[in-house]
Amino acid sequence: MSLLEVDDLHVRFPTETGMVEAVRGVSFSLGRERLGVVGESGSGKTITGRAILGLVRKPGQVRARRMLFDGIDLARLDERGMRRLRGQRMAMIMQDPKYSLNPVMRIGRQLTEGLRLRERMSPAEARRRALDALEAVKIRDPERVYDAYPHELSGGMGQRVMIAMMLIPGPDLLIADEPTSALDVTVQAEVLKILDDLVRERGMGLIFISHDLKLVSRFCDRVLVMYRGKVVEEIAADRLDQARHPYTRGLLNCLPRIGGPRGHLPVLERDPAWEEA
Amino acid sequence: MTAMIEIDGLDVTFRVKGHEVQAVKGARFTVGEGESYGLVGESGSGKSTILRAICGLAPVTGGTIRIEGRPLGPRRDKAFASKVQMVFQDPYASLHPRHTLDRILSEPLAIHGIGEHDRRVVAALESVGLPASFRFRYPHQLSGGQRQRVAIARALMLEPEILLLDEPTSALDASVQAEVLNLLWDLREERGLTYLMVSHDLAVVDHMCDRMAVMEAGRIVETLERPDLLAGRFRHPYTRKLFEASLAAGG
Repeated sequence: MSLLEVDDLHVRFPTETGMVEAVRGVSFSLGRERLGVVGESGSGKTITGRAILGLVRKPGQVRARRMLFDGIDLARLDERGMRRLRGQRMAMIMQDPKYSLNPVMRIGRQLTEGLRLRERMSPAEARRRALDALEAVKIRDPERVYDAYPHELSGGMGQRVMIAMMLIPGPDLLIADEPTSALDVTVQAEVLKILDDLVRERGMGLIFISHDLKLVSRFCDRVLVMYRGKVVEEIAADRLDQARHPYTRGLLNCLPRIGGPRGHLPVLERDPAWEEA
Repeated sequence: MTAMIEIDGLDVTFRVKGHEVQAVKGARFTVGEGESYGLVGESGSGKSTILRAICGLAPVTGGTIRIEGRPLGPRRDKAFASKVQMVFQDPYASLHPRHTLDRILSEPLAIHGIGEHDRRVVAALESVGLPASFRFRYPHQLSGGQRQRVAIARALMLEPEILLLDEPTSALDASVQAEVLNLLWDLREERGLTYLMVSHDLAVVDHMCDRMAVMEAGRIVETLERPDLLAGRFRHPYTRKLFEASLAAGG
């Protein structure tokens, strides 16, 4: 049985100029694998991730025929039920550690907060678990980081701390929203490797949201390509070069390559028909 | 080839809480007329600081910067502004949110006492591929790519010869990045502009620039001609690391 099954997900936001449909009928299933969700800004990829975790704020409206997580229908779950799952069994890593960590709280306290409150763990035990988690994300001096404030860490370190924080409860499903976009390329590779090892070792399901089609195809097993709130193509990551949809092909072609032809890059000609697909 | 920009032993030092941080250490390179030169490196390597030092926005503590052979003093005057202009990374932060495009684009004209502002503003919008009807819009009514076009149009108002481009496309989606890079390519060809471009994206620099300098921790560790990169003719381990990471990322 699949870990997550999303069937006909819609997310709408009422605005002054009428209803905006950010997600329009997205369906997919996820096993214990790495699924990439790719699209440009405004394609609805982040909102899809947030809707699964019940994080779409009012007045946003979420509707789905079914959203099954390990047999539990998230679409019918109330906020209390959702809170029991969120953080514990489903977690999300946000794009920018600068905005996701509390700037005036030491890292150690942020890492152990959940353990102390939810699991009523003793401070010493929580500390040990947090240090283990920091080690698991390849932080060399976990003791120093444990006592540091977020501004004392580099972007790469901050993102590792975020990953460590999400992994402490051992979730079954991890949603990573552009987890490496704020990082330098060489650091990006290290963070991806950590994420990859963790997914393999712990058998988690991973939804990897990104604007970067090539990165996702290298890192994931399967890729969903989103355009204006719809999935226009689903493709095995290693077959990306055989992508059929003109939007997917356009996204691949408009990137410059080292040693590629100079002058004009191919630009994407958007076809209104893609919105209907 | 005449040298448009000469950076010679440039040091930039910031004072932070009593101690000194040397952001640029002895940088040295020359950009010829009509050339497009790239600075690559990771965040904190000092590449943007060099651009800011040229504009007088960072404390130069050593070395000289020459524009068309003339050394720059401590202040930047109007003549400098009409020769050198900068395009910043984030088009959400670099345009005044409460000014219309008309006002944003005509401000440099007013400062420099240049007339015909109607004609020039419309021409500037058209030269960056925006319709003249955008003239009285505000930045928040534009997409990221359109804003960056406005930032480029503003930089071109005084008809400079040199554009300093600080990560001009890194805040944009891939398809929009392609459009803006194409625009920059055309403008350079039409106007014979000289570009000094900073990017963390090796593929972008490779596409746009003939030569490049690789920076790490404030120092230029290697300078390369474009063919060297593809052929793997570089020596410094950091260049290799950057190159391999870029290839792996699909660059």
